[in-house]
Amino acid sequence: MVNRPAFSNLLKTIREGKFVFTGELEPEKDFDLNHVLHSAEEMKKTGKIVAANVTDGPQGDAYTCSMVPCYLVQEKVGLEAIWQMTVRDRNRIALFGDILGGAILGLKNLLALTGDHSALGDHQNARAVYDLDSTQLIDLVSKMVDDGTDLEGNEIKGGKPQLNVGCAANPNSNPREPEILKVGRKVEVGADFIQTQTSFDVDDAKEFLKELERYNIPVLLGLFPIKNYGIAWYFNEYIPGVSVPKDFLDALKKTKKIKDKKEKYATIDKINLDFYEPFIKEIKKTTKAAGIHCMAVHYERLFEPLFKDF
Amino acid sequence: MIITKQKDIEEIYEMTKPYSKILVAGCDGCCQPPRSINEAKVLAQMLELKARSEGRDLKWKAITVLRQCDDRIAATTLRPFIEEYDAIVSLACGLGVGMLNRIFPTILTFPAQNSMFGGAENNGENYFVEYCETCGDCLLGVTGGICPMAGCAKNLSNGPCGGQVEGKCEVGGYIHDCAWVKIWERLKKFNRLDLFTIYRPPRNYYLWSSPRYIHIYEPISNEEEPKKEEKI
Repeated sequence: MVNRPAFSNLLKTIREGKFVFTGELEPEKDFDLNHVLHSAEEMKKTGKIVAANVTDGPQGDAYTCSMVPCYLVQEKVGLEAIWQMTVRDRNRIALFGDILGGAILGLKNLLALTGDHSALGDHQNARAVYDLDSTQLIDLVSKMVDDGTDLEGNEIKGGKPQLNVGCAANPNSNPREPEILKVGRKVEVGADFIQTQTSFDVDDAKEFLKELERYNIPVLLGLFPIKNYGIAWYFNEYIPGVSVPKDFLDALKKTKKIKDKKEKYATIDKINLDFYEPFIKEIKKTTKAAGIHCMAVHYERLFEPLFKDF
Repeated sequence: MIITKQKDIEEIYEMTKPYSKILVAGCDGCCQPPRSINEAKVLAQMLELKARSEGRDLKWKAITVLRQCDDRIAATTLRPFIEEYDAIVSLACGLGVGMLNRIFPTILTFPAQNSMFGGAENNGENYFVEYCETCGDCLLGVTGGICPMAGCAKNLSNGPCGGQVEGKCEVGGYIHDCAWVKIWERLKKFNRLDLFTIYRPPRNYYLWSSPRYIHIYEPISNEEEPKKEEKI
Protein backbone atom coordinates (compact mmCIF):
# COMPACT_ATOMS: atom_id res chain seq x y z
CA MET A 1 0.00 0.00 0.00
CA VAL A 2 1.30 3.44 -0.90
CA ASN A 3 1.41 6.42 1.36
CA ARG A 4 0.63 9.05 -1.20
CA PRO A 5 -0.32 12.64 -0.37
CA ALA A 6 -3.96 13.59 -0.77
CA PHE A 7 -3.91 15.76 -3.88
CA SER A 8 -7.68 15.87 -4.29
CA ASN A 9 -10.33 17.38 -2.06
CA LEU A 10 -12.03 14.01 -2.13
CA LEU A 11 -9.12 12.27 -0.47
CA LYS A 12 -8.35 15.20 1.82
CA THR A 13 -11.94 15.17 3.08
CA ILE A 14 -11.87 11.41 3.55
CA ARG A 15 -8.61 11.64 5.48
CA GLU A 16 -10.13 14.33 7.70
CA GLY A 17 -12.50 11.61 8.79
CA LYS A 18 -15.64 13.04 7.18
CA PHE A 19 -18.29 10.76 5.69
CA VAL A 20 -18.28 11.85 2.05
CA PHE A 21 -20.73 11.73 -0.85
CA THR A 22 -19.82 11.59 -4.53
CA GLY A 23 -22.18 11.90 -7.49
CA GLU A 24 -22.12 10.74 -11.08
CA LEU A 25 -22.23 12.64 -14.37
CA GLU A 26 -22.70 10.95 -17.69
CA PRO A 27 -21.72 12.64 -20.94
CA GLU A 28 -23.40 10.77 -23.77
CA LYS A 29 -23.17 11.28 -27.54
CA ASP A 30 -23.08 15.00 -26.82
CA PHE A 31 -21.68 18.01 -28.57
CA ASP A 32 -23.54 20.15 -26.04
CA LEU A 33 -22.50 19.41 -22.47
CA ASN A 34 -24.94 21.75 -20.76
CA HIS A 35 -26.90 18.90 -19.20
CA VAL A 36 -23.71 17.64 -17.55
CA LEU A 37 -22.83 21.10 -16.27
CA HIS A 38 -26.41 21.64 -15.05
CA SER A 39 -26.32 18.38 -13.10
CA ALA A 40 -22.94 19.34 -11.65
CA GLU A 41 -24.35 22.70 -10.56
CA GLU A 42 -27.31 21.01 -8.88
CA MET A 43 -24.88 18.72 -7.03
CA LYS A 44 -22.73 21.62 -5.95
CA LYS A 45 -25.77 23.50 -4.64
CA THR A 46 -26.50 20.73 -2.16
CA GLY A 47 -23.15 21.41 -0.49
CA LYS A 48 -22.90 17.71 0.27
CA ILE A 49 -21.26 16.32 -2.83
CA VAL A 50 -17.49 16.54 -2.56
CA ALA A 51 -16.77 15.30 -6.08
CA ALA A 52 -18.52 13.79 -9.09
CA ASN A 53 -17.52 10.91 -11.31
CA VAL A 54 -17.56 11.54 -15.06
CA THR A 55 -18.11 8.33 -16.97
CA ASP A 56 -15.98 7.06 -19.89
CA GLY A 57 -18.16 5.40 -22.51
CA PRO A 58 -20.40 3.35 -20.19
CA GLN A 59 -21.95 0.16 -21.65
CA GLY A 60 -19.24 0.29 -24.31
CA ASP A 61 -20.95 3.10 -26.22
CA ALA A 62 -19.04 5.78 -28.15
CA TYR A 63 -19.67 8.89 -26.06
CA THR A 64 -18.03 12.27 -25.54
CA CYS A 65 -14.68 11.74 -23.86
CA SER A 66 -14.44 11.99 -20.11
CA MET A 67 -11.50 14.38 -19.79
CA VAL A 68 -13.10 17.50 -21.27
CA PRO A 69 -16.32 17.36 -19.21
CA CYS A 70 -14.16 16.73 -16.11
CA TYR A 71 -12.23 19.89 -16.85
CA LEU A 72 -15.38 21.94 -17.58
CA VAL A 73 -17.10 20.73 -14.42
CA GLN A 74 -14.10 21.83 -12.37
CA GLU A 75 -13.57 25.13 -14.19
CA LYS A 76 -17.13 26.29 -14.80
CA VAL A 77 -18.95 24.77 -11.84
CA GLY A 78 -16.19 24.47 -9.27
CA LEU A 79 -17.04 20.87 -8.43
CA GLU A 80 -14.16 18.42 -8.24
CA ALA A 81 -14.24 15.68 -10.86
CA ILE A 82 -13.43 11.98 -10.55
CA TRP A 83 -12.14 11.14 -13.96
CA GLN A 84 -13.25 7.66 -14.98
CA MET A 85 -10.78 6.05 -17.34
CA THR A 86 -11.24 2.67 -18.95
CA VAL A 87 -8.52 0.58 -20.57
CA ARG A 88 -10.93 -0.56 -23.28
CA ASP A 89 -10.11 2.04 -25.93
CA ARG A 90 -6.53 3.16 -25.41
CA ASN A 91 -3.16 1.47 -25.21
CA ARG A 92 -0.52 2.36 -22.63
CA ILE A 93 0.87 5.13 -24.84
CA ALA A 94 -2.50 6.86 -25.21
CA LEU A 95 -3.36 6.33 -21.54
CA PHE A 96 -0.08 7.89 -20.46
CA GLY A 97 -0.59 10.86 -22.75
CA ASP A 98 -4.15 11.42 -21.59
CA ILE A 99 -3.30 11.12 -17.91
CA LEU A 100 -0.54 13.65 -18.29
CA GLY A 101 -2.85 15.96 -20.25
CA GLY A 102 -5.63 15.64 -17.69
CA ALA A 103 -3.24 16.30 -14.83
CA ILE A 104 -2.03 19.46 -16.61
CA LEU A 105 -5.69 20.56 -16.79
CA GLY A 106 -5.91 20.17 -13.01
CA LEU A 107 -7.78 16.89 -12.70
CA LYS A 108 -7.03 15.35 -9.32
CA ASN A 109 -8.90 12.02 -9.17
CA LEU A 110 -8.71 9.17 -11.62
CA LEU A 111 -10.88 6.08 -11.32
CA ALA A 112 -9.18 3.19 -13.13
CA LEU A 113 -11.67 0.85 -14.78
CA THR A 114 -11.60 -2.07 -17.17
CA GLY A 115 -14.72 -0.78 -18.95
CA ASP A 116 -17.71 -2.59 -20.37
CA HIS A 117 -16.63 -4.56 -23.42
CA SER A 118 -17.11 -2.82 -26.78
CA ALA A 119 -19.11 -5.87 -27.92
CA LEU A 120 -21.90 -4.63 -25.59
CA GLY A 121 -21.95 -1.12 -27.02
CA ASP A 122 -23.02 0.68 -30.17
CA HIS A 123 -19.85 -0.17 -32.13
CA GLN A 124 -19.82 -3.92 -31.73
CA ASN A 125 -17.28 -4.46 -34.53
CA ALA A 126 -14.70 -2.26 -32.84
CA ARG A 127 -11.35 -3.70 -31.86
CA ALA A 128 -11.22 -3.61 -28.07
CA VAL A 129 -7.75 -2.58 -26.88
CA TYR A 130 -7.11 -3.87 -23.33
CA ASP A 131 -3.36 -3.38 -23.71
CA LEU A 132 -3.29 -2.81 -19.96
CA ASP A 133 -5.87 -4.02 -17.47
CA SER A 134 -7.24 -1.76 -14.73
CA THR A 135 -4.65 -2.96 -12.19
CA GLN A 136 -1.85 -2.18 -14.61
CA LEU A 137 -3.43 1.23 -15.23
CA ILE A 138 -3.17 1.93 -11.49
CA ASP A 139 0.47 0.80 -11.71
CA LEU A 140 0.98 3.30 -14.56
CA VAL A 141 -0.59 6.15 -12.55
CA SER A 142 1.54 5.21 -9.53
CA LYS A 143 4.72 5.34 -11.59
CA MET A 144 3.72 8.72 -13.02
CA VAL A 145 2.68 10.24 -9.70
CA ASP A 146 5.20 8.66 -7.31
CA ASP A 147 8.24 8.23 -9.54
CA GLY A 148 7.57 10.83 -12.24
CA THR A 149 8.09 8.31 -15.04
CA ASP A 150 6.20 6.32 -17.65
CA LEU A 151 5.92 2.53 -17.48
CA GLU A 152 9.38 2.14 -19.01
CA GLY A 153 11.01 4.41 -16.46
CA ASN A 154 11.44 7.39 -18.81
CA GLU A 155 11.31 10.61 -16.85
CA ILE A 156 8.45 13.11 -17.17
CA LYS A 157 9.93 16.57 -17.61
CA GLY A 158 8.84 19.49 -15.47
CA GLY A 159 7.53 17.65 -12.42
CA LYS A 160 5.27 14.83 -11.38
CA PRO A 161 1.54 14.85 -12.10
CA GLN A 162 -0.54 15.14 -8.93
CA LEU A 163 -3.36 12.66 -9.00
CA ASN A 164 -5.09 10.26 -6.65
CA VAL A 165 -6.22 7.02 -8.15
CA GLY A 166 -9.21 4.89 -7.30
CA CYS A 167 -10.45 1.49 -8.29
CA ALA A 168 -13.81 -0.23 -8.52
CA ALA A 169 -15.14 -3.27 -6.69
CA ASN A 170 -18.37 -5.11 -7.30
CA PRO A 171 -20.43 -6.13 -4.26
CA ASN A 172 -22.69 -8.18 -6.54
CA SER A 173 -19.88 -10.47 -7.62
CA ASN A 174 -20.66 -14.12 -7.29
CA PRO A 175 -18.33 -15.83 -6.46
CA ARG A 176 -17.01 -13.02 -4.29
CA GLU A 177 -13.60 -14.29 -3.25
CA PRO A 178 -11.81 -13.65 -6.59
CA GLU A 179 -13.26 -10.11 -6.57
CA ILE A 180 -11.89 -9.44 -3.09
CA LEU A 181 -8.49 -10.92 -3.98
CA LYS A 182 -8.40 -8.81 -7.14
CA VAL A 183 -8.92 -5.64 -5.12
CA GLY A 184 -5.86 -6.67 -3.09
CA ARG A 185 -3.70 -6.48 -6.20
CA LYS A 186 -5.03 -3.01 -6.97
CA VAL A 187 -4.25 -1.79 -3.48
CA GLU A 188 -0.78 -3.30 -3.72
CA VAL A 189 0.04 -1.29 -6.86
CA GLY A 190 -1.20 1.99 -5.45
CA ALA A 191 -4.98 2.52 -5.35
CA ASP A 192 -5.93 5.36 -2.97
CA PHE A 193 -9.65 4.67 -2.70
CA ILE A 194 -12.40 2.30 -3.83
CA GLN A 195 -15.79 3.13 -5.29
CA THR A 196 -18.12 0.17 -5.49
CA GLN A 197 -20.81 -0.77 -7.94
CA THR A 198 -24.37 -0.33 -6.78
CA SER A 199 -25.81 -2.33 -3.94
CA PHE A 200 -29.48 -2.76 -3.05
CA ASP A 201 -28.95 -5.10 -0.13
CA VAL A 202 -27.73 -3.51 3.08
CA ASP A 203 -26.70 -6.76 4.78
CA ASP A 204 -24.82 -7.91 1.72
CA ALA A 205 -23.14 -4.50 1.39
CA LYS A 206 -22.06 -4.63 5.03
CA GLU A 207 -20.54 -8.05 4.52
CA PHE A 208 -18.70 -6.84 1.42
CA LEU A 209 -17.37 -3.75 3.22
CA LYS A 210 -16.23 -5.95 6.10
CA GLU A 211 -14.25 -8.12 3.68
CA LEU A 212 -12.60 -5.06 2.16
CA GLU A 213 -11.49 -3.80 5.58
CA ARG A 214 -8.40 -6.00 5.35
CA TYR A 215 -6.92 -3.60 2.80
CA ASN A 216 -7.25 -0.54 5.05
CA ILE A 217 -8.28 1.74 2.19
CA PRO A 218 -11.26 4.15 2.04
CA VAL A 219 -14.32 2.64 0.40
CA LEU A 220 -17.27 4.55 -1.01
CA LEU A 221 -20.29 2.30 -1.32
CA GLY A 222 -22.23 2.70 -4.57
CA LEU A 223 -25.96 3.38 -4.30
CA PHE A 224 -28.40 3.99 -7.11
CA PRO A 225 -31.54 5.97 -6.24
CA ILE A 226 -34.04 5.27 -9.01
CA LYS A 227 -36.03 8.10 -10.51
CA ASN A 228 -38.68 6.06 -12.32
CA TYR A 229 -40.08 2.56 -12.56
CA GLY A 230 -38.63 2.01 -16.05
CA ILE A 231 -35.06 2.24 -14.76
CA ALA A 232 -35.82 -0.13 -11.89
CA TRP A 233 -37.42 -2.60 -14.28
CA TYR A 234 -34.45 -2.35 -16.64
CA PHE A 235 -32.06 -2.98 -13.78
CA ASN A 236 -33.98 -6.01 -12.71
CA GLU A 237 -34.39 -7.48 -16.17
CA TYR A 238 -31.19 -6.60 -17.94
CA ILE A 239 -28.41 -6.14 -15.39
CA PRO A 240 -27.49 -9.65 -14.33
CA GLY A 241 -26.39 -10.06 -10.75
CA VAL A 242 -28.34 -7.00 -9.60
CA SER A 243 -31.86 -7.27 -8.31
CA VAL A 244 -33.97 -4.40 -7.06
CA PRO A 245 -35.79 -5.44 -3.87
CA LYS A 246 -39.40 -6.41 -4.60
CA ASP A 247 -41.04 -3.92 -2.21
CA PHE A 248 -39.00 -1.07 -3.68
CA LEU A 249 -39.83 -2.19 -7.21
CA ASP A 250 -43.56 -2.62 -6.49
CA ALA A 251 -43.78 0.78 -4.84
CA LEU A 252 -42.20 2.40 -7.90
CA LYS A 253 -44.54 0.47 -10.18
CA LYS A 254 -47.58 1.98 -8.46
CA THR A 255 -46.35 5.49 -9.27
CA LYS A 256 -46.91 4.78 -12.96
CA LYS A 257 -50.61 5.44 -12.43
CA ILE A 258 -50.16 8.88 -10.87
CA LYS A 259 -51.15 11.47 -13.48
CA ASP A 260 -50.07 14.65 -11.71
CA LYS A 261 -46.35 15.12 -12.38
CA LYS A 262 -45.64 16.95 -9.15
CA GLU A 263 -47.37 14.33 -7.07
CA LYS A 264 -45.65 11.55 -8.98
CA TYR A 265 -42.19 13.03 -8.40
CA ALA A 266 -42.95 13.57 -4.71
CA THR A 267 -44.09 9.96 -4.34
CA ILE A 268 -41.03 8.58 -6.13
CA ASP A 269 -38.74 10.76 -4.01
CA LYS A 270 -40.44 9.52 -0.84
CA ILE A 271 -39.99 5.89 -1.90
CA ASN A 272 -36.29 6.50 -2.49
CA LEU A 273 -35.87 8.41 0.77
CA ASP A 274 -37.67 5.67 2.72
CA PHE A 275 -35.35 3.11 1.19
CA TYR A 276 -32.02 4.91 1.15
CA GLU A 277 -32.06 7.07 4.31
CA PRO A 278 -32.03 4.09 6.67
CA PHE A 279 -29.65 2.29 4.29
CA ILE A 280 -27.07 5.08 4.47
CA LYS A 281 -27.56 5.53 8.23
CA GLU A 282 -26.92 1.83 8.75
CA ILE A 283 -23.79 1.89 6.59
CA LYS A 284 -22.46 4.98 8.32
CA LYS A 285 -23.18 3.61 11.78
CA THR A 286 -22.05 0.03 11.46
CA THR A 287 -19.26 -0.06 8.85
CA LYS A 288 -15.95 1.64 8.16
CA ALA A 289 -17.15 2.95 4.77
CA ALA A 290 -15.65 6.34 3.95
CA GLY A 291 -18.81 7.48 2.23
CA ILE A 292 -21.39 6.89 -0.44
CA HIS A 293 -21.03 7.08 -4.19
CA CYS A 294 -24.49 8.07 -5.38
CA MET A 295 -25.00 7.09 -9.01
CA ALA A 296 -28.33 8.82 -9.53
CA VAL A 297 -27.60 10.44 -12.90
CA HIS A 298 -30.04 13.32 -13.58
CA TYR A 299 -31.78 12.77 -10.26
CA GLU A 300 -30.07 15.53 -8.34
CA ARG A 301 -33.32 16.79 -6.80
CA LEU A 302 -33.11 13.87 -4.36
CA PHE A 303 -29.65 14.80 -3.07
CA GLU A 304 -30.72 17.66 -0.81
CA PRO A 305 -33.36 15.74 1.15
CA LEU A 306 -31.35 12.50 1.11
CA PHE A 307 -28.09 13.90 2.42
CA LYS A 308 -29.36 16.68 4.69
CA ASP A 309 -28.92 14.70 7.90
CA PHE A 310 -25.43 13.46 7.17
CA MET B 1 -5.20 -27.10 -34.97
CA ILE B 2 -6.36 -24.11 -37.00
CA ILE B 3 -10.15 -23.94 -36.92
CA THR B 4 -11.75 -22.55 -40.08
CA LYS B 5 -15.25 -21.75 -41.27
CA GLN B 6 -16.17 -21.87 -44.94
CA LYS B 7 -16.88 -18.54 -46.56
CA ASP B 8 -20.26 -17.83 -48.06
CA ILE B 9 -20.48 -19.47 -51.50
CA GLU B 10 -21.38 -16.12 -53.08
CA GLU B 11 -18.13 -14.61 -51.82
CA ILE B 12 -16.03 -17.52 -53.15
CA TYR B 13 -17.88 -17.38 -56.47
CA GLU B 14 -17.29 -13.62 -56.83
CA MET B 15 -13.54 -14.13 -56.20
CA THR B 16 -13.26 -16.84 -58.85
CA LYS B 17 -15.64 -15.31 -61.39
CA PRO B 18 -12.93 -13.95 -63.72
CA TYR B 19 -11.49 -17.48 -64.19
CA SER B 20 -12.82 -20.37 -66.26
CA LYS B 21 -10.52 -23.18 -65.06
CA ILE B 22 -9.95 -23.59 -61.33
CA LEU B 23 -7.99 -26.01 -59.19
CA VAL B 24 -9.82 -26.60 -55.89
CA ALA B 25 -7.33 -27.74 -53.26
CA GLY B 26 -8.36 -29.34 -49.98
CA CYS B 27 -6.01 -29.64 -47.02
CA ASP B 28 -5.59 -32.62 -44.70
CA GLY B 29 -3.26 -30.80 -42.31
CA CYS B 30 -5.72 -30.19 -39.50
CA CYS B 31 -8.36 -32.90 -39.61
CA GLN B 32 -11.28 -30.91 -38.17
CA PRO B 33 -13.52 -29.47 -39.50
CA PRO B 34 -12.97 -31.62 -42.62
CA ARG B 35 -11.81 -29.73 -45.68
CA SER B 36 -10.31 -32.55 -47.73
CA ILE B 37 -10.97 -34.07 -51.17
CA ASN B 38 -14.73 -34.53 -50.69
CA GLU B 39 -15.26 -30.99 -49.45
CA ALA B 40 -13.13 -29.70 -52.34
CA LYS B 41 -15.28 -31.64 -54.82
CA VAL B 42 -18.57 -30.39 -53.33
CA LEU B 43 -17.33 -26.79 -53.36
CA ALA B 44 -16.21 -27.14 -57.01
CA GLN B 45 -19.60 -28.55 -57.99
CA MET B 46 -21.42 -25.71 -56.26
CA LEU B 47 -19.26 -23.16 -58.06
CA GLU B 48 -19.94 -24.96 -61.36
CA LEU B 49 -23.71 -24.91 -60.76
CA LYS B 50 -23.60 -21.22 -59.93
CA ALA B 51 -21.55 -20.54 -63.07
CA ARG B 52 -23.98 -22.53 -65.22
CA SER B 53 -26.94 -20.60 -63.81
CA GLU B 54 -25.22 -17.51 -65.18
CA GLY B 55 -24.51 -19.17 -68.53
CA ARG B 56 -20.80 -19.60 -67.84
CA ASP B 57 -18.68 -22.66 -68.40
CA LEU B 58 -16.44 -23.61 -65.47
CA LYS B 59 -13.84 -26.36 -65.59
CA TRP B 60 -12.46 -27.65 -62.32
CA LYS B 61 -10.29 -30.25 -60.67
CA ALA B 62 -10.56 -31.16 -56.99
CA ILE B 63 -7.46 -32.35 -55.19
CA THR B 64 -6.16 -32.47 -51.64
CA VAL B 65 -2.78 -31.77 -50.05
CA LEU B 66 -1.36 -33.46 -46.98
CA ARG B 67 -0.43 -30.06 -45.50
CA GLN B 68 -0.67 -26.87 -47.51
CA CYS B 69 1.44 -25.02 -44.92
CA ASP B 70 4.47 -27.21 -45.77
CA ASP B 71 6.15 -25.75 -48.84
CA ARG B 72 7.72 -29.00 -50.08
CA ILE B 73 4.58 -31.11 -49.68
CA ALA B 74 2.35 -28.45 -51.22
CA ALA B 75 4.72 -27.82 -54.14
CA THR B 76 5.21 -31.48 -55.05
CA THR B 77 1.48 -32.23 -54.82
CA LEU B 78 0.19 -29.29 -56.85
CA ARG B 79 2.99 -28.42 -59.29
CA PRO B 80 1.99 -31.05 -61.92
CA PHE B 81 -1.45 -29.39 -62.28
CA ILE B 82 -1.11 -25.67 -61.98
CA GLU B 83 -0.10 -25.04 -65.59
CA GLU B 84 -3.55 -26.16 -66.74
CA TYR B 85 -5.53 -23.85 -64.45
CA ASP B 86 -6.21 -20.08 -64.21
CA ALA B 87 -6.62 -19.93 -60.44
CA ILE B 88 -6.49 -22.01 -57.26
CA VAL B 89 -9.20 -22.10 -54.61
CA SER B 90 -7.76 -23.31 -51.32
CA LEU B 91 -9.78 -24.94 -48.55
CA ALA B 92 -6.88 -24.53 -46.14
CA CYS B 93 -6.54 -21.93 -43.43
CA GLY B 94 -4.76 -18.68 -44.19
CA LEU B 95 -1.41 -20.41 -43.75
CA GLY B 96 -2.14 -22.69 -46.70
CA VAL B 97 -3.50 -19.87 -48.86
CA GLY B 98 -0.44 -17.75 -48.06
CA MET B 99 1.90 -20.64 -48.78
CA LEU B 100 0.37 -21.46 -52.20
CA ASN B 101 0.53 -17.82 -53.23
CA ARG B 102 4.20 -17.81 -52.23
CA ILE B 103 5.32 -21.05 -53.88
CA PHE B 104 3.27 -20.52 -57.08
CA PRO B 105 3.94 -16.87 -57.92
CA THR B 106 2.44 -17.17 -61.43
CA ILE B 107 -1.08 -18.03 -60.30
CA LEU B 108 -3.46 -16.52 -57.74
CA THR B 109 -4.76 -18.68 -54.88
CA PHE B 110 -8.08 -17.60 -53.32
CA PRO B 111 -9.34 -18.55 -49.85
CA ALA B 112 -12.51 -20.60 -49.43
CA GLN B 113 -12.27 -20.41 -45.65
CA ASN B 114 -12.12 -17.84 -42.90
CA SER B 115 -9.41 -18.82 -40.42
CA MET B 116 -10.96 -18.50 -36.97
CA PHE B 117 -8.48 -19.52 -34.25
CA GLY B 118 -6.04 -22.11 -33.04
CA GLY B 119 -8.49 -24.46 -31.41
CA ALA B 120 -8.93 -27.69 -29.57
CA GLU B 121 -11.62 -30.29 -30.07
CA ASN B 122 -13.40 -31.65 -27.03
CA ASN B 123 -14.80 -34.98 -28.14
CA GLY B 124 -18.47 -35.24 -27.33
CA GLU B 125 -18.95 -31.48 -27.17
CA ASN B 126 -20.26 -29.82 -30.26
CA TYR B 127 -17.74 -27.02 -30.55
CA PHE B 128 -14.13 -26.14 -31.08
CA VAL B 129 -12.66 -23.97 -28.38
CA GLU B 130 -9.76 -21.56 -28.26
CA TYR B 131 -7.35 -22.55 -25.51
CA CYS B 132 -4.34 -20.57 -26.73
CA GLU B 133 -3.86 -17.25 -28.52
CA THR B 134 -0.20 -17.92 -29.40
CA CYS B 135 0.85 -14.76 -27.57
CA GLY B 136 4.52 -15.67 -27.38
CA ASP B 137 4.77 -15.37 -23.58
CA CYS B 138 2.95 -18.30 -21.99
CA LEU B 139 1.15 -17.62 -18.71
CA LEU B 140 -0.33 -21.10 -18.23
CA GLY B 141 2.19 -21.93 -15.51
CA VAL B 142 0.74 -19.28 -13.20
CA THR B 143 -2.92 -19.60 -14.12
CA GLY B 144 -3.65 -23.23 -13.41
CA GLY B 145 -3.34 -24.15 -17.08
CA ILE B 146 -6.22 -21.86 -18.16
CA CYS B 147 -5.24 -19.09 -20.55
CA PRO B 148 -6.59 -15.63 -19.67
CA MET B 149 -5.53 -14.33 -23.07
CA ALA B 150 -7.65 -16.86 -24.96
CA GLY B 151 -10.30 -17.36 -22.30
CA CYS B 152 -10.99 -13.78 -21.18
CA ALA B 153 -12.79 -11.45 -23.59
CA LYS B 154 -10.72 -8.57 -22.24
CA ASN B 155 -7.37 -10.43 -22.22
CA LEU B 156 -6.90 -9.45 -18.58
CA SER B 157 -3.66 -10.34 -16.83
CA ASN B 158 -5.16 -9.47 -13.43
CA GLY B 159 -8.80 -10.50 -13.59
CA PRO B 160 -11.63 -11.01 -13.10
CA CYS B 161 -13.24 -7.76 -14.21
CA GLY B 162 -16.50 -6.72 -12.58
CA GLY B 163 -18.52 -8.09 -15.48
CA GLN B 164 -18.75 -11.72 -14.41
CA VAL B 165 -22.02 -12.99 -12.96
CA GLU B 166 -22.06 -16.40 -11.33
CA GLY B 167 -18.84 -17.20 -13.14
CA LYS B 168 -20.17 -16.25 -16.59
CA CYS B 169 -18.81 -13.54 -18.89
CA GLU B 170 -20.69 -10.33 -19.79
CA VAL B 171 -19.59 -10.77 -23.40
CA GLY B 172 -21.79 -13.19 -25.32
CA GLY B 173 -24.79 -13.02 -22.99
CA TYR B 174 -23.47 -14.73 -19.83
CA ILE B 175 -23.07 -18.11 -21.55
CA HIS B 176 -19.31 -18.54 -21.58
CA ASP B 177 -17.26 -19.20 -18.48
CA CYS B 178 -15.30 -16.35 -16.95
CA ALA B 179 -11.69 -17.53 -17.40
CA TRP B 180 -10.60 -15.75 -14.23
CA VAL B 181 -13.24 -17.43 -12.08
CA LYS B 182 -12.10 -20.76 -13.56
CA ILE B 183 -8.47 -19.84 -12.82
CA TRP B 184 -9.42 -18.95 -9.23
CA GLU B 185 -11.35 -22.22 -8.79
CA ARG B 186 -8.49 -24.28 -10.13
CA LEU B 187 -5.74 -22.57 -8.14
CA LYS B 188 -7.88 -22.75 -5.00
CA LYS B 189 -8.34 -26.47 -5.54
CA PHE B 190 -4.56 -26.95 -5.58
CA ASN B 191 -4.07 -24.55 -2.67
CA ARG B 192 -2.14 -22.18 -4.95
CA LEU B 193 -4.04 -18.91 -4.47
CA ASP B 194 -0.59 -17.37 -4.02
CA LEU B 195 -0.40 -17.53 -7.82
CA PHE B 196 -3.81 -15.87 -8.14
CA THR B 197 -3.03 -12.92 -5.88
CA ILE B 198 0.29 -11.91 -7.44
CA TYR B 199 0.28 -8.79 -9.57
CA ARG B 200 1.20 -9.43 -13.18
CA PRO B 201 2.82 -6.35 -14.77
CA PRO B 202 1.99 -5.09 -18.27
CA ARG B 203 2.71 -7.68 -20.93
CA ASN B 204 5.18 -7.54 -23.79
CA TYR B 205 2.81 -7.27 -26.74
CA TYR B 206 5.73 -6.80 -29.11
CA LEU B 207 6.04 -10.59 -28.97
CA TRP B 208 2.48 -10.74 -30.29
CA SER B 209 2.84 -8.29 -33.14
CA SER B 210 2.94 -9.42 -36.75
CA PRO B 211 4.81 -10.44 -38.77
CA ARG B 212 6.53 -12.97 -36.53
CA TYR B 213 9.58 -15.04 -37.54
CA ILE B 214 11.42 -17.80 -35.77
CA HIS B 215 14.66 -19.23 -37.15
CA ILE B 216 14.29 -22.98 -37.51
CA TYR B 217 17.98 -23.78 -37.68
CA GLU B 218 20.79 -21.91 -36.02
CA PRO B 219 24.36 -22.96 -36.93
CA ILE B 220 26.07 -25.02 -34.22
CA SER B 221 29.80 -24.78 -33.75
CA ASN B 222 32.38 -25.80 -31.16
CA GLU B 223 34.28 -22.60 -31.82
CA GLU B 224 33.66 -19.59 -29.67
CA GLU B 225 31.79 -16.98 -31.65
CA PRO B 226 31.69 -13.26 -30.96
CA LYS B 227 28.46 -12.35 -29.15
CA LYS B 228 25.90 -10.77 -31.44
CA GLU B 229 23.25 -8.33 -30.28
CA GLU B 230 19.91 -10.08 -30.09
CA LYS B 231 17.49 -8.89 -32.72
CA ILE B 232 13.99 -10.03 -33.46
